[in-house]
Amino acid sequence: MSKTEFPPSIKSRPVYGELEARPGGGHLMIADAEGAEAILDLAKTVDKDFWAKAHIIYIPKKTGTKYSSQLEALGAGQYYCGPSYEAAQSRIRRALQDCHMGTQVYLTGTESLMGQAMYEATSAGIPHTAIQTEHRGSTARRMQCVHCKGITEDVTTDPFECSHCGLSLFVRDHYSRRIAAFQGVRVDAEDPGNIPEKVELFK
Amino acid sequence: MSAGTAKLNVTVAEVKPINDLVTRFKFVRTGGGGLPTFSGGAHTVVEMQDGDITRLNAYSLMSNPADRGAYTISVRRDDQGRGGSKFMHSKVKEGMEMVISNPVNLFSLDLRAKKHLMLAGGIGITPFMAQMHQLAMMGGRFELHYSVRTASLGTYAKELTERYPGKVHVYHDDQKEAIDLPALLANQPLGTHVYVCGPKGMINWVHGTASEMGWPREAVHSEEFLAPASGKPFEVKCAVSNKVVQVGEHQSLLEALEAAGIDAPYLCRGGACGQCETNVIGYDGKFLHHDHWLTDEQKAGGKHIMPCVSRFEGKTLVLDR
Repeated sequence: MSKTEFPPSIKSRPVYGELEARPGGGHLMIADAEGAEAILDLAKTVDKDFWAKAHIIYIPKKTGTKYSSQLEALGAGQYYCGPSYEAAQSRIRRALQDCHMGTQVYLTGTESLMGQAMYEATSAGIPHTAIQTEHRGSTARRMQCVHCKGITEDVTTDPFECSHCGLSLFVRDHYSRRIAAFQGVRVDAEDPGNIPEKVELFK
Repeated sequence: MSAGTAKLNVTVAEVKPINDLVTRFKFVRTGGGGLPTFSGGAHTVVEMQDGDITRLNAYSLMSNPADRGAYTISVRRDDQGRGGSKFMHSKVKEGMEMVISNPVNLFSLDLRAKKHLMLAGGIGITPFMAQMHQLAMMGGRFELHYSVRTASLGTYAKELTERYPGKVHVYHDDQKEAIDLPALLANQPLGTHVYVCGPKGMINWVHGTASEMGWPREAVHSEEFLAPASGKPFEVKCAVSNKVVQVGEHQSLLEALEAAGIDAPYLCRGGACGQCETNVIGYDGKFLHHDHWLTDEQKAGGKHIMPCVSRFEGKTLVLDR
């Protein structure tokens, strides 16, 4: 199973639910890697008509073709499979531009994918509370260095080195919806050079 | 009384009948000076000294929110009502001094919206008039769909059509015209918020249709002030102030508390804002909840009551006031 129970944390830390089919004029689904499982699970609960109004945007990441053929076989009105979030971004924006009120948005997979797609959907005008999310797969985090503002993807250890400025950063649960990233703060600011041993917190 | 918001002393500057049912009132600050600015959708509670009775009714402000010179409200006469609107129509004259509350907004625009879709029924047009002033000043995108009984009862329909050409759509009941809500909602761009003010049936229709069509709850806004319902007289024991208060047939529980000198908070007096929520200490009987503030669970729980619109039938009711 690729589902994760996140321990309770501070208020800004996002929490995720379980996707359910809701009535709507259209269904925009954005997923990466094991997020495909959540869509396949949801598929067990809906009839064929549902997919005619659906648009799936999928980024397999390391899962290769494990899920993509199953997703394609669902028969969504539109299906796109792309190499990276960046590559899919213009399609996501265009899809949001074209849809009307009543479109349901479903995000699933890694926190990085859900956070970034959530930003696009809320910028397009959907209240964030109306967007469904379900976490699946890796718990690696998208982190912003509060010092240089650089973003490091797929952080799995605490502390970690900022991929931009090289500082050792403490992984905080503080989260920004605007940049869809957690906050990394210099771990040895008070006592330069005193850097705790790295622990692998996320997989 | 300290229970509502701060009060404003005003003078009636104009009383203008608009049609068979609606009269418009304009208030300026007594002794001169500006009134507080407000935001579109705000209301004021007008105090009416009707003999021994003080009537307090909430009315939406319809003037330009940026105009501090005067406030304007429109009052629809309700002959079956408890007397507030009739008092406004028959007793309020130009030059009269009155007391109104500072504006309170329970129906504000969500300024994150990319487009504002307004649905009005009858006198429900008034909050939208201030909102449209505000949006027109800001360059906001909006459209109004306004349902009226007949052209002659289409309060402000003509002047709004002239003021905002292409944005105002009027539907006449007597000509069998009706808002095609599903079609209207289906074609709204992402980021649209819908606002409805009118009769209860219309409000429920909009909430229900929008929800069935997958609209987020947060993008649907409504306002309806309820008149306090009449009912059998009952007795209330107030534990904090140690008083026993009689609530008359045509009096609300809130009005009875006020008449007894008990400090009871309020903002809307119409079951919408939640300000007057009161804890129930004990009861033997049944509640007649009329508000749309408490959840169904709370209503069934017997621990809370909204004194502005709700009543009680039974032997004893003890409140935390």
